Amino acid sequence: MSENGNSAGPFVDVDNVSKWFGDLQVLDHVSLQVQEHGVVCLIGASGSGKSTLLRCINMLERVEEGDITVDGQCLTKDKVNVNDVRRKIGIVFQAYNLFPHMTVLQNVVLAPRKARRVPRGEAEWAARALLSRIGLEAKADEFPDRLSGGQQQRVAIVRALAMQPKLMLLDEITSALDPQLVSEVLALVRELADSGMTMILATHEMAFAREVADKVCFLDDGRILEEGPPDQIFSEPREARTREFLSMVLAGGRMG
Amino acid sequence: MNALHHVLHAFFNLHSFTLAIPDVWAGFQLNLKMMVIAEALVLVIALGIAIVRGLPGPGAKPLRALAIAYTDFFRGTPIIIVAYFVGFGLPGLQLGFISKQSFVTYGVITLTLVYSAYVTEVYRAGIESVHASQRAAARSLGLSYWQSMRYVIVPQAVRRVIPPLLNDFVGLQKDTAIVSVIGVTEAASLAQQFSNNNGDFPSLLVAAVFFILLTIPLARFTDYLVAQRERRERAQAF
Repeated sequence: MSENGNSAGPFVDVDNVSKWFGDLQVLDHVSLQVQEHGVVCLIGASGSGKSTLLRCINMLERVEEGDITVDGQCLTKDKVNVNDVRRKIGIVFQAYNLFPHMTVLQNVVLAPRKARRVPRGEAEWAARALLSRIGLEAKADEFPDRLSGGQQQRVAIVRALAMQPKLMLLDEITSALDPQLVSEVLALVRELADSGMTMILATHEMAFAREVADKVCFLDDGRILEEGPPDQIFSEPREARTREFLSMVLAGGRMG
Repeated sequence: MNALHHVLHAFFNLHSFTLAIPDVWAGFQLNLKMMVIAEALVLVIALGIAIVRGLPGPGAKPLRALAIAYTDFFRGTPIIIVAYFVGFGLPGLQLGFISKQSFVTYGVITLTLVYSAYVTEVYRAGIESVHASQRAAARSLGLSYWQSMRYVIVPQAVRRVIPPLLNDFVGLQKDTAIVSVIGVTEAASLAQQFSNNNGDFPSLLVAAVFFILLTIPLARFTDYLVAQRERRERAQAF
């Protein structure tokens, strides 16, 4: 049951969204529905619009045409409080973006304390519980630069989770990691998916997408060219561009 | 040879040097006082102006323009002229409280006005050097614009600009001598008086030594901070 009483519709409804950066159209009439507890993977070449779509859903980018509705609340039409919307949507970036002047613990408690006014003790208790869940409780008082990339990215995920979001957006979160560090991050994402978190992932990890996604969308040149269940997209893609993309990924050894 | 001897005697007479120390030291107290108050004010005011200059949106345009006009004006005007305007202009305006301050206060106002303009630019460079992804990360967690500035952007910016900021403070410390033109009897002016009365120059040397002794610790502290930061960044690279 969603907060705004719109439990019938999809949890995320992207309806015919277009966006330009100057003259360049980066999203071209994109429509996408994500059910509550659903996991959707966005695949496609760099520059195909995956990141921009995620950033639009989190209102980090403005949508020029079309509507985005999250949890029954239209982000594009109504007069919405951006900060309230973002508090229920977690986003994790490719480059972790931890705050370098704060310890791991301070990174995790900042938003709960300041944006949700959780008392310090309670926020720290919850943060330590989350950190111990990912085996990083011992790093709570370290600064991010003392952590490996994989550890930093897991802290970034936990930092987003600390706000108790209803939706997680993961923007190529393993792309900046050394190969041996990818699996620890994916394990955490898998755990999230199993716990019923609604998620949209932009990813180049095709094997992982096939494993966790309910639905895979192939983006090409700002459009969703093809979408369907992972088995269909990866085994029998309908579109020539999808086949071309997948065969190139396969040649690059990223099918796993 | 005789000429050199005269000059040396006129500037480096130990007896005269020793005699001048108490006078100049008495004046130097004022330099220290003006310096400490002005630096504290500059730290706060310049940060405020730098933040105003970075305000987003079309609504804040007049405020941004005002901040730009301020820095342009006070960075471009020689401090001695600002000192005249403040020191002789404000009392002349007969604005009650504002016009009845001491010369020292006008000196502090002058230093604060001018150096806030410099330090605003230092802060601004620091704020702009924080990568946009940090702001995006803060905002995406649901922190407001101000919360992002307060907890994420400004703390990182300030850490980065401490060395150039201290460098500007070295300038401010020396410029406390300039406000003697509006009648503050600080170290440099007392040294000059002493020199006039005594017919030689060691008193000026005394003032110079005081100023140097004041700036050296600050300069070394700045060096230390820069070195520490480089060490940290090198450690990060590995």
